[in-house]
Amino acid sequence: MGQTFAIIFGSIFISNIVLAQFLGICPFLGVSKDLKSAVGMGFSVMFVMILSSSITWLVHEFLLVRFELEYLKTIAFILTIAALVQLLEMFLKKNIPSLYKSMGVYLPLITTNCTILGIALVNIQNGYGFFNTVVNAFANSAGFLLAMVLMAGIRVRLEEAELPESMQGLPIVFFVASSMALAFVGFTGMI
Amino acid sequence: MIVYAVVILAVLGGAFGAVLAFASKKLAVETDSRVEAIIEVLPGANCGACGFPGCAGLADAIVNAGAPLNACIPGKDKVAAEIAKIMGQEPVAGKIREVAQLHCNGTFDNAKAKYEYKGVIDCHLAVTQFGGPSYCYYGCIGLGSCVRVCPFGAITIGENRLPVVDTSLCVGCGLCSNQCPQKVLSIVPIDKQVHVRCNNRDKGKIAREACNVSCISCGICVRSCPEGAIQLIDNKVGSVSMIDYSKCTNCGICVEKCPRKSIHLDPPIDPTLVVCEKNQPLESGCSNCPLQEGCGSKVS
Repeated sequence: MGQTFAIIFGSIFISNIVLAQFLGICPFLGVSKDLKSAVGMGFSVMFVMILSSSITWLVHEFLLVRFELEYLKTIAFILTIAALVQLLEMFLKKNIPSLYKSMGVYLPLITTNCTILGIALVNIQNGYGFFNTVVNAFANSAGFLLAMVLMAGIRVRLEEAELPESMQGLPIVFFVASSMALAFVGFTGMI
Repeated sequence: MIVYAVVILAVLGGAFGAVLAFASKKLAVETDSRVEAIIEVLPGANCGACGFPGCAGLADAIVNAGAPLNACIPGKDKVAAEIAKIMGQEPVAGKIREVAQLHCNGTFDNAKAKYEYKGVIDCHLAVTQFGGPSYCYYGCIGLGSCVRVCPFGAITIGENRLPVVDTSLCVGCGLCSNQCPQKVLSIVPIDKQVHVRCNNRDKGKIAREACNVSCISCGICVRSCPEGAIQLIDNKVGSVSMIDYSKCTNCGICVEKCPRKSIHLDPPIDPTLVVCEKNQPLESGCSNCPLQEGCGSKVS
């Protein structure tokens, strides 16, 4: 139980996937223009990350370890995730069209999202069991969602700000992102 | 060892491929081919003038929810006819175009200035500062929130601070009138020429002091209109005259009677819309077109 809690708290705050591990920067900067799409992207990532982490854990445990092919895990996981997202898209389109419509734009983006592969690999690296793998995937995606929502909230206000011309648009967002990363350093050493 | 690696990856890839191939058959969604066909015909500007979320949304609504065949405003008769052909119904005439009209004539000369606004260029923010920079609490702020929201680039701010609508570009989507904090823009059928150019709802004396051309709620227009198309909205002491465009016949009697010259008779608007009807680019080519994003036809 103690380890599970440590995973949840550590993944959301201390080693936040975006602000401390610097994974998933592209959606962090690209889809954080308004709150609605940021939340949409965050929950889509959560959904896919939990699913893909479980599946890749199973692939690793019952296929790669058994044949002593652990060094193949990167390419095997890429294959698995790509296929999984494709399958998921088809499944949602057919069976839950409303969810497909709200997530539709983000699903294909997530296929090439480095957070998904990153967390799948981290789970294996840390030697998590199946339960902790799912917990870690959930906590990391929650951290991603948190970072996205914070960023979107700040960017809405940035729109109103009067900035020097050279700072308008993406440059100021990079400044904000690095300040946020610095703020999250404050959590270091809590566990 | 390498044999294992190759075999495992091949099996993995093959298995996923097989599952996906199977799933694409099993989970194929039957889409109505007419939806795709209508999306092809629509201008692809995703302006939202029809009231549906984008052109795809309208196509879906026409096929599945019985939306009118002529709902596409930029598309006019031509698109309406093509949609009718796809749906196998009698062709219907396109909707009468509507354009944005400004109900304010509070230029720098007319409206008395209260203070000089130096802040973020945004009408909504300026309104929060003592009701805007002029003495009229109801008039146009002139900081161009409507300009920035217009997806067609049809609005510009003139030298006298009032927005000017380029009627050859305006499709009447209504984004500007929703955006305007003073609600001085409204969407009006293109064949209507008489417009009340004032939005002041104060009592006569206050309205008179705020602006040279303000409506003082005298009611002469209401009494003089032969069609009964004009009404004083709000109440008897403080109100503004409003024209019911479904009754107005462009006779112009109210324009002559108005002692404050706040009702105008405009010259008729040329109903030609410059919006590209796919594969017919503007003379200036696609690069200057406000619709180029999301347009299906990139000609040049």
